[in-house]
Amino acid sequence: MRSDADLVLSGAEEVVLPKTARLNKLRWHCRRALLELDLVFKRYWERVGDSIDAEEESALRALLAEEDHDLWALVSGKVAPDDVDVVRDNLLAELRRP
Amino acid sequence: MSYTVRKFDAVIVGAGGAGLRAAIQLSEAGMKTAVLTKVFPTRSHTVAAQGGVAASLGNSEEDHWHWHMYDTVKGSDWLGDQDAIEFMCRKANECVIELEHYGMPFDRLDNGRIYQRPFGGHMSNFGEKPVRRSCAAADRTGHAMLHAMYQRNVKANTQFFVEWMALDLIRDAEGDVLGVTAMDMETGEIVVFHSKATIFATGGAGRIYYSSTNAFINTGDGVGMAARAGIPLEDMEFWQFHPTGVAGAGVLITEGVRGEGGILRNSQGERFMERYAPNAKDLASRDVVSRAMVTEINEGRGCGPNKDFVLLDITHLPPETIMKRLPGIHEIAVQFAGVDALKEPIPVVPTCHYQMGGIPTNYSGQVVVPKGDNHSAPVGGFYAAGECACASVHGANRLGTNSLLDLLVFGKSAGETAVNDLKGGALAHKPLPNDAIDRSLARVDRLNNQKSGSNPHETRLEMQRTMQKHAGVFRFKDMLVEGVTKIQKVADDVAQLEIGDKSKVFNTARIEALELENLIEVAKATMVSANARTESRGAHVRDDALDTPETPNGRDDKNWLKHSLWSRDGNQMSYKPVQMKPLTVDTIELKKRAY
Repeated sequence: MRSDADLVLSGAEEVVLPKTARLNKLRWHCRRALLELDLVFKRYWERVGDSIDAEEESALRALLAEEDHDLWALVSGKVAPDDVDVVRDNLLAELRRP
Repeated sequence: MSYTVRKFDAVIVGAGGAGLRAAIQLSEAGMKTAVLTKVFPTRSHTVAAQGGVAASLGNSEEDHWHWHMYDTVKGSDWLGDQDAIEFMCRKANECVIELEHYGMPFDRLDNGRIYQRPFGGHMSNFGEKPVRRSCAAADRTGHAMLHAMYQRNVKANTQFFVEWMALDLIRDAEGDVLGVTAMDMETGEIVVFHSKATIFATGGAGRIYYSSTNAFINTGDGVGMAARAGIPLEDMEFWQFHPTGVAGAGVLITEGVRGEGGILRNSQGERFMERYAPNAKDLASRDVVSRAMVTEINEGRGCGPNKDFVLLDITHLPPETIMKRLPGIHEIAVQFAGVDALKEPIPVVPTCHYQMGGIPTNYSGQVVVPKGDNHSAPVGGFYAAGECACASVHGANRLGTNSLLDLLVFGKSAGETAVNDLKGGALAHKPLPNDAIDRSLARVDRLNNQKSGSNPHETRLEMQRTMQKHAGVFRFKDMLVEGVTKIQKVADDVAQLEIGDKSKVFNTARIEALELENLIEVAKATMVSANARTESRGAHVRDDALDTPETPNGRDDKNWLKHSLWSRDGNQMSYKPVQMKPLTVDTIELKKRAY
């Protein structure tokens, strides 16, 4: 049974999925071409579990749209983002935390 | 029961380099082509390939495909088929130039030609001196290649099924391949893809090892599906290892670290490479370094609580040298080893990198199996290319930059052969067998209904640890014998996997369990084939294969110059001859492989 609480809005295409399925989909999108990123995201999900909030979820979805080499450059700190976005920058710091 | 059937001229499984290249060939010939992929095409593991693609363009200095062919045969330790190797090396220039026309942003010389750089094992004039043969796009060659080919496919109307996982091959009573079953991850629905031609381009299965440089998606899905459908697997004992992957993570520490003065040490702090290679020391070749590391670990001089890694020490180097010359290494050590490499050594182990064996094919990309007197009879409607296939061009050991070439040449070749077979009327939509979808439904039903079964995470770890310990970079007779029993026990556990989550939408637990069912076939094939091959050749090195005048470096051409074929049914081994006769030139005769 789907409850309204599951239906957190975070991006138009994701509206219809219940939260558990939506997070599973997001977890799958963390399967990347580079092992480095797979390992970073594995560690991340082990830490946050299902406790990720809507803002962070949205920031993560945006990061996952990056190309893998660019994403690794951001996560490893080799390249800094061109703008300031507190939620995203906190997420990057969290991803970077060993 | 009723189920959805989707009909295509061709179905390609996998959207990395080989799959995308094959799809271009089919779609541009007007064939209705579907590509199934677990992840978005440009997230395929081809992205990780940095070194470049080999082609004897001769843009900077004289080069010739025949020299490239010689290097590849020698690199393969003479296990590569010389017809396929000649084919690949002769087609290299054409395939690279085509790629350039697709928009691939190769690095260039001032005169506008493609820039080429030297790469290990690539020589001019039959092994005389290094030659510049690798064409690259900065350090993002694989990535740029995938983008160029994906765009070309979009233009050609290739139909992508993204986030679909192929489950099983469909064969009829005559053994012909009629397509695959596949699961839409978004809904959990299982559908039949009914095709005239089916091409597997699913990549390698490096995740069978505990320490692997491969991304998590590399689960050998095509190889597992082929094995379950009765296709024997070729030369699965041959896996390329890199000596320095971060222990427990697998992330590569580039050879440049030892080049800049990095030193390998055991638990006693000893620079042990001095004993194994007094001259080259830590800069000895990959196999020598890997073997020394494993010997140290096996003899109890490994580090850490389980004494299962050695240390790569750069603490004596000036911090500014590390940060300037080895950018990224500091961050990798912090992220994946939890150490500050400026102050502490990095734990490392030999790490699985590339699968040389796979689904047996000929150089036309057709999957071939033994049939009567013919050891390589094509399977109707079935083709394979890239790391999942064994053409065999890499034989017992792959040369750097030949993997991207392999996927271009044989992706194109498989596509081209399929187009010819389709146009020539050799292929049709043969009637689906009544049980076309049953095996896949039964696999998923079992996962849904399993009680008191085995835990997928623990079972995967057990498989990976067993493979690492018993069939790693340096192999021992007793360990292999024991490994065969152990991996069968893991396979028994895989047959009883139980998942907690039974939901349908993006059920990642189910997907990972299905992937493990593919990995275990690769693991069994590797262990059994490695145990059976009692010589050393290329990447398969056994301590009991002695270096004698008749068997240089333990290579026993009299008894073992042949391809292994592992059949899932009964865990049986059979063999077929290596094709020593090239297409047009003379055979490159056997000799000791030395650099």
